[in-house]
Amino acid sequence: MALLTIRNLTVEFATASGAFRAVDSVDVDIDRGEILAIVGESGSGKSVSMLATMGLLPWTATITAERMEFDGTDLRSLSGPARRRLIGKDIAMIFQEPMSSLNPCFTVGFQIREALKQHLDLDKKGRQARAVELFEMVGIPDPERRLKAFPHQLSGGMNQRVMIAMAIACKPRLLIADEPTTALDVTIQAQILDLLTDLQKETGMALILITHDMGVVAETAERVAVQYAGQKVEDQPVTDLFARPHHPYTAALLAALPERATERRLPTIPGVVPGQHDKPVGCLFSPRCKFADERCRQVPPPVQPPAIGFARCHYPLNVPAEVETA
Amino acid sequence: MNAPVVIAEDLGRDYEVGGGMFSRPQTVRAVAGASFTLAPGKTLAIVGESGCGKSTLARMITLIEEPTSGRLTIDGIEATPDRWAELRTHVQIVFQDPYGSLNLRQRVGAILEEPLKINRRDMSAKERQEKAREMMRLVGLREEHYDRYPHMFSGGQRQRIAVARALMLEPKLLVLDEPVSALDLSIQSQILNLLIDLQERLQLAYLFISHDLSVVKHIADDVVVMYLGRPVEAGPKDEVFAAPRHPYTKALLSATPSADPALRKQRIKLQGELPSPLAVPPGCPFAPRCWKTQEKCRAERPWLEGEPHPAACFFPEN
Amino acid sequence: MADASSQIARTVPTRRPGRLSEFWRYFRENRGAVMGLYVFAVFAFVAVFADLIAPYDPTAQFRQHVLQPPFWQAGGSWQFPLGTDPLGRDMLSRLIHGARFSFFVGIVVVVVAATGGVIMGLLAGFAPKWLDTLIMRLMDIILAFPTLLLALVLVAILGPSLINAMIAIALVLQPHYVRLTRASVINERTKDYVTSAKVAGAGLPRLMFVTVLPNCLAPIIVQAALSFSTAILDAAALGFLGMGAQPPTPEWGTMLAEAREFILRAWWVVTFPGLAILVTVLAINLMGDGLRDALDPKLKRS
Repeated sequence: MALLTIRNLTVEFATASGAFRAVDSVDVDIDRGEILAIVGESGSGKSVSMLATMGLLPWTATITAERMEFDGTDLRSLSGPARRRLIGKDIAMIFQEPMSSLNPCFTVGFQIREALKQHLDLDKKGRQARAVELFEMVGIPDPERRLKAFPHQLSGGMNQRVMIAMAIACKPRLLIADEPTTALDVTIQAQILDLLTDLQKETGMALILITHDMGVVAETAERVAVQYAGQKVEDQPVTDLFARPHHPYTAALLAALPERATERRLPTIPGVVPGQHDKPVGCLFSPRCKFADERCRQVPPPVQPPAIGFARCHYPLNVPAEVETA
Repeated sequence: MNAPVVIAEDLGRDYEVGGGMFSRPQTVRAVAGASFTLAPGKTLAIVGESGCGKSTLARMITLIEEPTSGRLTIDGIEATPDRWAELRTHVQIVFQDPYGSLNLRQRVGAILEEPLKINRRDMSAKERQEKAREMMRLVGLREEHYDRYPHMFSGGQRQRIAVARALMLEPKLLVLDEPVSALDLSIQSQILNLLIDLQERLQLAYLFISHDLSVVKHIADDVVVMYLGRPVEAGPKDEVFAAPRHPYTKALLSATPSADPALRKQRIKLQGELPSPLAVPPGCPFAPRCWKTQEKCRAERPWLEGEPHPAACFFPEN
Repeated sequence: MADASSQIARTVPTRRPGRLSEFWRYFRENRGAVMGLYVFAVFAFVAVFADLIAPYDPTAQFRQHVLQPPFWQAGGSWQFPLGTDPLGRDMLSRLIHGARFSFFVGIVVVVVAATGGVIMGLLAGFAPKWLDTLIMRLMDIILAFPTLLLALVLVAILGPSLINAMIAIALVLQPHYVRLTRASVINERTKDYVTSAKVAGAGLPRLMFVTVLPNCLAPIIVQAALSFSTAILDAAALGFLGMGAQPPTPEWGTMLAEAREFILRAWWVVTFPGLAILVTVLAINLMGDGLRDALDPKLKRS
């Protein structure tokens, strides 16, 4: 059974110049113990859709969804206190900037014990013991001493470990990692990614990895959802996605990777992601797509069947012979 | 082969930090012993993680900061501070963040013409404008962008403006400080292609500073790998990527994720993190994290030497 | 490359709102600020066209109408809608002309204080450490005095007059500008575009005034709006204490002081100048708040 099911999630922000649709009818499904990567460029709404799920968006956002269920609980009808009990305990999230996600005024130990106090029924000694245990789990050497440190006394990689320790403190069933390694160096990134996948294997939690880095996706994810301009354009298992992308955007994105380049000139995707004021009528990718025709520019494309990776395209690529397109 | 545009010999930069009323200031060696030459039309990449001194090096080459040791020669002239003014037009820089590197209160035209206004006093306003418009065409911006403000552009277009501005004085050397790391993947390839085009057309020398090895692999001719302010390996790109000699280079290559799920590999796991620049280990700076460390590494500092390309390691790979 | 550029241009956003209209949108969200703006506009209009609007000369005395109440009270008449003061001068005309003085005080004080303060702040932000310390400690000393007291002392030295009061108030308000400018200069100085100007060869004056200053203006404009009201208030206070504008100048503070002894017999002689000060200052403060909302990007909502 799916752990998290979201159908037709739409998020609109009220801005000074009218409503801005940051997320546009997105479906998300994740099973227990699965690693899903959500890939997209800036403005693709990949973070916003997850923040909406967590209920962490500001009041300017309007969230609508047909279904939004976590393990059978309808997240839409949840009251404030019930939502807070669920979030942070069963669903946890870590962010890009570990430095600014921690409160600089308190020691990391205090912050992690606070989180434990909030959700678990432990006495003072138990909380300290659990904190030490968590620090050991995320590979922080000398945990007793590090618990007394302030965030600014630790490096970026260490702080991200602290954030992960806090996130897994209550044994969440779903961990959402929003660009967890973007602010870190490559060697540290490798450590953190290994840590996340190891923890996922040990605890059996589901992991949603939000990232823009195709390399990170290829190395960690099991399934990949590609988002473009607020829409999910493709959803495939990772090896298939990299071998046979169905949506032209995915294909172009992969071709633009310098490491896949065959010539000195890289293949490019012309133009920029459409903004609030220049959204095309038909397919959102049509102004930049080299396969686009009149139909693409006028008619919003259908979502193709699972065999074609749920591609949101009129003319998906690499279609197996026996499959009918929508 | 043409005469090199830049010759850096044993370049170093120290900073004094701390030093309150009662404590003596400590010296941080941000960069030490950086040596390289760069010929016109070539790209030299400086690779390393944060804190390796690559940005300080960029600031020294761009004549913003004075080296505390070593010699820097640009276009045959030794770059001492009294000659900075005349060398300004030879070296220009493009920064990482296209949102912070443009003055938001100036129109694109003014941004492009400012370097000419300062350095070519004899030029008339009309000539300046013509030159700016020509440069906009060269980097792929349109005529009507001339009167717009930077906030009306996307990140990729702003980076084009930044490149255009840097080229207004017809420099021979362009320092590119992480020029594509703030950009989205689809925009990144546009800017990389632009840089490659410009280099071929104008025979520019690039000092390309980056932490992204896949981009470096694509664009560079030569590579210098830095760790804690010191170069640890230097050589032609193909050699360094195919047969890294320094263990740090090897670890860095291994840690870079590859966009091929079939290639999921066992990464070299580096222990620990970068030591504080205030307490650089006495021997090899990489010794505390290296898997091949021996007594000698902790006691003595290895020099950049050896064949086929130099590496600062007592027990090099390959 | 040519085709890439043309394709880029095709998707360039064209309907994005201009900077001014965006500013107005944010400003409009704050109702109080819009009301403040209207009141301020009326105030400015009255100040500029005082000669045409005022029914009488502000110093003309109508001896047979001394202390006449406003028109709605017994004994009042439409001849003097807001009544007359102890010397038989028309209150309405005096208030209208008072607006002109207050406006004048506000403008002059803000211009003097802002110019001096911004230049000093820029200097401090770019100067070597010793000069920076010198300037900032000097400003700290000025800030350590109660503002009105310092202004009083200055006026006592210079002699009581409206001009001297303005000089004193400008001097007292200046440190706020210095601190504000220095703080944003130090913040801006580390940004890449400043380095980029340095690499292009820009000298210090150019860096200070052309590159950095325009980027520091937003908070300074807000401060200017808010100190406009402080200036009016301080000028009125000095006038009330007899250290500002001298009678028979129809300055609001001076009017209050002149009418003090009649407060029990004729409420209107003190109420109206007081109300004028209150409404003007409140309107400007509300407007300043709106300006801050619209200009300060940190507070901007997505």
